[in-house]
Amino acid sequence: MSNIPQLLVHSPKDNVGVVVVEGLKAGTDMLCVVTEDNSSFTMTSKTDVPIGHKIALTDLKSGDTAIKYGEDIGKMVGEAEKGGHVHTHNLKTKRW
Amino acid sequence: MANNGTFLGYRRENGRVGVRNHVAILPVDDISNASCEAVANNIKGTMALPHAYGRLQFGADLDLHFRTMIGTGANPNVAACIVIGIEPGWTQKIADGIAETGKPVAAFSIEQNGDLKTIMDASRRAKDFVHWASELQREECKMSELWVSTKCGESDTTTGLGSCPTVGNMYDKLVPEGIYGCFGETSEITGAEHICKARAADEDTAERWYAMWKAYQDDVIFAHQTDDLSDSQPTKGNIEGGLTTIEEKALGNLEKIGRDCRYIDILDPAEAPKKGPGLYFMDTSSAAAECVTLMAAAGYVVHTFPTGQGNVIGNPIVPVVKISANPRTLRTMSEHIDVDVTGILTREMTIDQAGDALIDMVRRTANGRATAAEALGHREFVMTKLYRSA
Repeated sequence: MSNIPQLLVHSPKDNVGVVVVEGLKAGTDMLCVVTEDNSSFTMTSKTDVPIGHKIALTDLKSGDTAIKYGEDIGKMVGEAEKGGHVHTHNLKTKRW
Repeated sequence: MANNGTFLGYRRENGRVGVRNHVAILPVDDISNASCEAVANNIKGTMALPHAYGRLQFGADLDLHFRTMIGTGANPNVAACIVIGIEPGWTQKIADGIAETGKPVAAFSIEQNGDLKTIMDASRRAKDFVHWASELQREECKMSELWVSTKCGESDTTTGLGSCPTVGNMYDKLVPEGIYGCFGETSEITGAEHICKARAADEDTAERWYAMWKAYQDDVIFAHQTDDLSDSQPTKGNIEGGLTTIEEKALGNLEKIGRDCRYIDILDPAEAPKKGPGLYFMDTSSAAAECVTLMAAAGYVVHTFPTGQGNVIGNPIVPVVKISANPRTLRTMSEHIDVDVTGILTREMTIDQAGDALIDMVRRTANGRATAAEALGHREFVMTKLYRSA
């Protein structure tokens, strides 16, 4: 099980990744894999995060642009520390 | 996989190949549903396609109604078709449109007959059609003769990682072999429109695509929005699954067209492609049943449907193949999923392997394997309505 990642990241440019296991707990030392180049790193989750939800790969502050697929997916409207949960409470579309 | 081989299909009078052999009982309008359902109840091996519209429509909305009705009856998955409407004018127009394919069609109208005589007359013809259709035999056809559409639903972050790239990989392999492909969901390209525009085959197509997308933004979204759309796009199910913004959803959605495919034309809703084999974009809603109904009416015979949180949609005439990478969805509602690609998330399956697994399932489905949605009786047939009737 040790080589099964908890977090997948699309692009090396991204500042958020996706939890791909159920029941991820705070304090988990996650194996994180970047799918574009198959590189990997480890990071510790700061909160419990449901499967499919995003985790910040770096400290993000309000006004920052969230990057996924190497693309702009919206603006931070709250803080997220590295390893913290990124979702509707702190990230919003720039479109509507 | 260099050569994706053959499948067993039904070759129709116009040369197109179907993968199902339905005798459809098609109502022209909402008030003819009861007669159609009675005929389908009388004659086993037929299927009624009830829907909500067909009265007092006008202009582009009426054109779309006729196109969807005729296209549905004309689809190669339909062997023969009974058309029933309240009056003979529009009923015959639709029957004539379907008859251009060369397949058996019969029209019945209710006024001056009543439901009971209409049902009796239509049932006799439907029974003849069933006897005829049930003797048709499948024959070997090239995979390149398939028309395969796609649209995803109840998406989440796993669709962008797994099930959508699986469909993209299928298109990267099958479009060069000569199939017709189709994607759409105009609103759900928002946030990735720069990428979608760049995937057009040429500059003219790119500009026409962008004008179509921009018109939808201006004429529909901005004209009708009462808030920021955050409860509709992404949907509540998308948000539960971890998608936060429309941009994020759109980028995942576009994974369905792979790495190499270029779309060669833009189709109006339910419009049949006219520029030969290749990938097409259709201007559709992102609501699953509406979108699949429109693609079926354009002539597509198999639909590939990536889902994350578990959309359960099916279509009455086109088999809908469900693909999911979400392990929770496979754990809690596996009866809805045809192709399990959860191995992409655990890094035990490559996108290339997943694409091959999907091609294999598309072939098996074309050969006759019932999809999960078919086995579970999902027959969502939903007409797209452009505006209020007169």
